[in-house]
Amino acid sequence: MNIIKYRYIYFGISLIVIVPGIIALILWGLPLGIDFTGGSLLEVQFASGQPPTITNVAALYGEMSTSKVEISNPVVQPVGTDSLSIRSKEMDDVLKSQIVAALKDRFGGGQDVIIMNFTQVSAVIGQEIAVRAAGAVALAALAILLYITYAFRGVQHAFRYGTAAIIAMLHDVLVVIGMEAIIGHFLGWQADSLFLTALLTVIGFSVHDTIVVFDRIRENSNLYRRVGYETIVNHSIVQTLDRSINTQLTVMLTLLALALFGGVSIRHFVVILLVGVFSGTYSSIFNASPILVVWENKEWRNWFHRKPEAGKI
Amino acid sequence: MNRRQYNWLILIIPLIALAIWVDVSKQVTIPDPFNPQTNLIDRNVETRLGLDLRGGLQVLLEADLPADATISSDDLKVTRQILESRANALGVSEVVMQAAPPRRIVAEFPGLQDPEQVIASLQQTGLLEFVDIGSTPVTEGIIIQTDFGTSSTPVTTTETPTTEPTKNSSATPAPTETPAATPTIYHTVLTGAALSAVSVQAASLGGFDIATTFKSEAANIFSDYTGSHINQYMALVLDKRVISSLIIKAKIPDGQGVIQGNFTQDSANTLAVQLRYGSLPVPIKVVQSRSVGPTLGEESVRRSVIAGVIGLLVVVIFMGLYYRLPGVIADVALVTFALICMMLYKLIPVVLTLSGIAGFILSIGMAVDANILIFERLKEELRAGRTLRQAIDLGWKRAWPSIRDSNFSTLITCVILFWFGSAFGASVVKGFALTLALGVGVSLFTAIIVTRTFLHLVLDTIKSTDHPRWFGI
Repeated sequence: MNIIKYRYIYFGISLIVIVPGIIALILWGLPLGIDFTGGSLLEVQFASGQPPTITNVAALYGEMSTSKVEISNPVVQPVGTDSLSIRSKEMDDVLKSQIVAALKDRFGGGQDVIIMNFTQVSAVIGQEIAVRAAGAVALAALAILLYITYAFRGVQHAFRYGTAAIIAMLHDVLVVIGMEAIIGHFLGWQADSLFLTALLTVIGFSVHDTIVVFDRIRENSNLYRRVGYETIVNHSIVQTLDRSINTQLTVMLTLLALALFGGVSIRHFVVILLVGVFSGTYSSIFNASPILVVWENKEWRNWFHRKPEAGKI
Repeated sequence: MNRRQYNWLILIIPLIALAIWVDVSKQVTIPDPFNPQTNLIDRNVETRLGLDLRGGLQVLLEADLPADATISSDDLKVTRQILESRANALGVSEVVMQAAPPRRIVAEFPGLQDPEQVIASLQQTGLLEFVDIGSTPVTEGIIIQTDFGTSSTPVTTTETPTTEPTKNSSATPAPTETPAATPTIYHTVLTGAALSAVSVQAASLGGFDIATTFKSEAANIFSDYTGSHINQYMALVLDKRVISSLIIKAKIPDGQGVIQGNFTQDSANTLAVQLRYGSLPVPIKVVQSRSVGPTLGEESVRRSVIAGVIGLLVVVIFMGLYYRLPGVIADVALVTFALICMMLYKLIPVVLTLSGIAGFILSIGMAVDANILIFERLKEELRAGRTLRQAIDLGWKRAWPSIRDSNFSTLITCVILFWFGSAFGASVVKGFALTLALGVGVSLFTAIIVTRTFLHLVLDTIKSTDHPRWFGI
């Protein structure tokens, strides 16, 4: 099995996945939830089983809106058959009780309206979280880069391993964020703090996976000193392939169980994790290690002058 | 070599027994052998569920001061204590309040379903002032400026009086918005801090009053003041809003007083609680609140448990089918892993949230991965013609660097996540990081010690080293 030979094809596949996501990000942006933008999220269940229409709720919010607390034009989404999730600008608890009372009054059908959850975040803190999140990712990347460079200090160009792992990690981050932008646009999903947790998990998993492959390269380069680098890398990938697939399978199986049987509230989270974990394994096999070879051969010198030797079958 | 492996059993077996004991009990008690009257360990080890699983309210409070104002950690601590006392006095149970320096406090109210009143009460600074109004009375409900807080207060920030009524007040009916045309600054005679006792009593004309007693020193000041200002007006001002304005008829010598302000029983209680525990050294506001209904929580728990069990079962079956005998041993190690994790969650204790459970499930994946790494190496060594015993030791030795490095990088991410989560009270991120980090730590132990010991144990017991089929080769 020669994976390294077709490295440009695998890079191409990554691009095919990432580019639409980036376009979606540019066109529509990442739909941020109230955790980052500030605002209110009210999820109510109608005991009657018949929630009001979206227009009716929007109209109610419009009535309740004042110049001080501007909550008109809420985003209303049905959850299951009997619940609604309503997102609006920030409101206080008093207004919330008034709204719930009005919902019960007008659309409750004589039965109760139950608050499933209510979240209220001020705009300032939302921004702070977003900034801190970006800082956390950057810090994590830096720490991991340093650790890998340290852990691989025995092999030549230890810094390359750290860099390649970070590039593979960024690949997974882009896949996940891009997909969130696309799904967010069509299904109305919003990136909340759970999404952030998922993203950070993907980062952890991605690096975890990449290190296992790199560890083999580290071991093999010490064992076979006369063999070409390309062969060593390829051999290492093939040797760890069983493990990569099996580990991914078990993680995906547990996540699948969560997605199918877990609560609705974490489904978004789990789907992001599924995509990220898959991407993490893909990038550690098909991106991170081939990047080492590209770097070793300094192939970028040929990129714009001649056709690369590999990449065409 | 083998003898050394067996030595681990001395640790592993009691550990599993301890884990099972803790996992099934609600209370762990170990009597002191030397003193039968006392217990060496007496601990409540009930599983702590987070607010998203059991329902309740989480509020993030922030100092309501300009961003450049520094808040001393003592002030924040005192604020937290006062808030906690207030919440407890209002009958909310199991309140958890944590200061998140430099300027925030995270408050959690499990099971609280009607948060409006509690939040309103917490949010009020609760600064009661007895203000010298002069000879013209002021209207009740308006906002006035006083000289208290401008020079000699603990908070040394420039306190610009709000010209807008504070929201969320339950103490008075909707305030009339009177624009302060003449920004008169009135003199504050005494504050609520001078009160020694506060109680709620039924008013003679219906409604409720608050009876107050001044500390002796303050009683003298009050007595002198009332004596020299007869037929002038005095106002009771709460958080800069006038709650009642009265004319001084005579000298009040004994330091007893009554605050009248059209209170209902609830609002009188709330104010009494605020006066009793003092005013906040720092004004606060709500910047984030989340409340989850109990039904959603129950549903989530039930479903997550089912999903977790199914996920664990699928992994157990997969490992057994694919790796045969070692796979079954890994399954035993995996169950050990789950038992130890549960024990740690209960002992530390870790508050389990949805994201925490997700972190646990991910750590199952990492625990399995460590086993897979070892077994793949084991297979390789067997294929290379080594004896089984050699293969186990070599496989383990060769797999170790990758297990170490990959798990260590996960731990790095966990630490950064935990720090990130603590900074703004995001229990979602924090819970995830904590369970994942614990899981990674425990999985290192189970994969390396437990799996290996059991492998050796089983091999010695079956007295056979030539059953390659059992190893999936």
